[in-house]
Amino acid sequence: MRGAARLPSPGIGWLALPACAVAALLFALPLLLLLAVSLHGDGGWTLRGYARFLGAAYSWQVIGRTLALAFWTTLICLALGYPAAFALARTRGAVQSLLIAALLLPLSLSVIVKAFGWTVLLRGNGVVNRLLMASGLTDAPLRLLFTEAGLLIGITNIFLPFMILPIFTVVRQIDPRLGDAATTLGGGPWHNFVRVTLPLTLPGVVAGVTLVFSLSIAAYVIPNLLMGDRYQTLSTTIATAFLYLQDPQRGSVAGVVLLALSLAVVVGSAWLARRARATP
Amino acid sequence: MRRPLLPLLGLALAWIMLAASVIFLLAPLVVTVGVSLSPSPVFQLPQGELSWRWYARVGRLEGLLPAVLLSLQVAAFATAASLVLGTLAAIAVVRGQFPGREAIATFLVSPLMLPGLVIGLAMLQYFRALGLREALPSLLLAHVIIVLPYVMRTLVAGLALFDFALIDAARTLGLSYPRAVLRVMVPVLAPSFITGGLFGFLASFDNYPISIFLTDVYHRTLPIQLLQYLGESPDPTIAAVSTLIIALTLLVLFIGDRMVGLSRMAGV
Repeated sequence: MRGAARLPSPGIGWLALPACAVAALLFALPLLLLLAVSLHGDGGWTLRGYARFLGAAYSWQVIGRTLALAFWTTLICLALGYPAAFALARTRGAVQSLLIAALLLPLSLSVIVKAFGWTVLLRGNGVVNRLLMASGLTDAPLRLLFTEAGLLIGITNIFLPFMILPIFTVVRQIDPRLGDAATTLGGGPWHNFVRVTLPLTLPGVVAGVTLVFSLSIAAYVIPNLLMGDRYQTLSTTIATAFLYLQDPQRGSVAGVVLLALSLAVVVGSAWLARRARATP
Repeated sequence: MRRPLLPLLGLALAWIMLAASVIFLLAPLVVTVGVSLSPSPVFQLPQGELSWRWYARVGRLEGLLPAVLLSLQVAAFATAASLVLGTLAAIAVVRGQFPGREAIATFLVSPLMLPGLVIGLAMLQYFRALGLREALPSLLLAHVIIVLPYVMRTLVAGLALFDFALIDAARTLGLSYPRAVLRVMVPVLAPSFITGGLFGFLASFDNYPISIFLTDVYHRTLPIQLLQYLGESPDPTIAAVSTLIIALTLLVLFIGDRMVGLSRMAGV
């Protein structure tokens, strides 16, 4: 038997080497190349691609539209998901399992299948319009497919589980006696919520908001299917530039802009998460 | 005196939101299943009798079977490779003492947080620059980057809770090092393996934004083939295919539930 049968701790770091090599070769280097392509043109390094893209008012419309879509999606998901996570945390046993299954099934299901479901639901003679008319809310079918309202419904639907689950994970760890303790100390329900519950759930909220926002700004399939080609977000701009216009520089520039936005969200949320943990 | 009004109101609101969320989330699935069982050739929920005619036509959809097989092959390869790479890296990050461990963990999980379309575009240019133009190897390589973050994330979380002294304890009881790892570490980490592997597999199977840049006419993954059917004349055969995918996803979740427990899977 060898004396060093126990894994030597100093050398254990090398176990990360294969994964790091693969990720560097297949992920980091391609992204660096993308950056290089976006800065390359006319046989030299140039910012011309960025000047062309960011100098156009249309590009700013696209960026603004992408951010606004992500903002509203995140806000609706939070408004629905935060209270829903609390209710979910109060359930027990089989009911809870069933409800979690109802969240995990759509989460794991192909985006294209869900998008297809929404195209059926939202069309002029679709289920949503029939319900609206049957309930007397409208007389004529509303135009929902290929509108921003329809898009918002669809995209919220795709990302809602990513808001509920992180908040649920945090809420179910809160000791219910904390609320009683706060009440014993004379706190009113509103005061208890704001001073005790809300701060404790903040890490889950930060995690959920980050996930939903970064997924929404990058969403491609849903805007493409529910809005069509006219509606350009950063993602659809990249795809159009590359797959149809054969303009790699434009696609790369838009790609770097989207990448920068995503990185800003991730870094910003890491900072927020640290603050949320630091506040008592 | 206590005033229970607000908590009660808050709780009622919470229940309403939960019910609304579940109905909202399941609505597109229910409609898809409904349309697939309706005899009507336009998208309609069945009124009265059910029909299997759209399922009979699934087999005749051109390109469906190759697409399913390709997607399964790519997802299986990527998941297997990621489990090996991810396990080694997770052990290194959790057990190692070297500087930059956090940075490595963040780096290996980061493809999950960055836009897939940008990663796909970057890979396309990179593979072309290297002279790699074949679709299959491109897809296999690319999908490792899709699955690896899922495996890495759950395994780092699982390993952080694992008490490595247990291995020493098992060795004191006379087990060899490999047997100690097999008997003690593998069972404890199995839930992380399964959860990371299942979600990673599904993410690869469902991936559109990266694959779209790497496929060619002869190698279309299932999501790309599906989107093409939708773009062409869509009839309820698509609903039947979608229902089969829903059934497959349910099956995967059922397996996960039996092996790990759903509530644990939801914790990722």
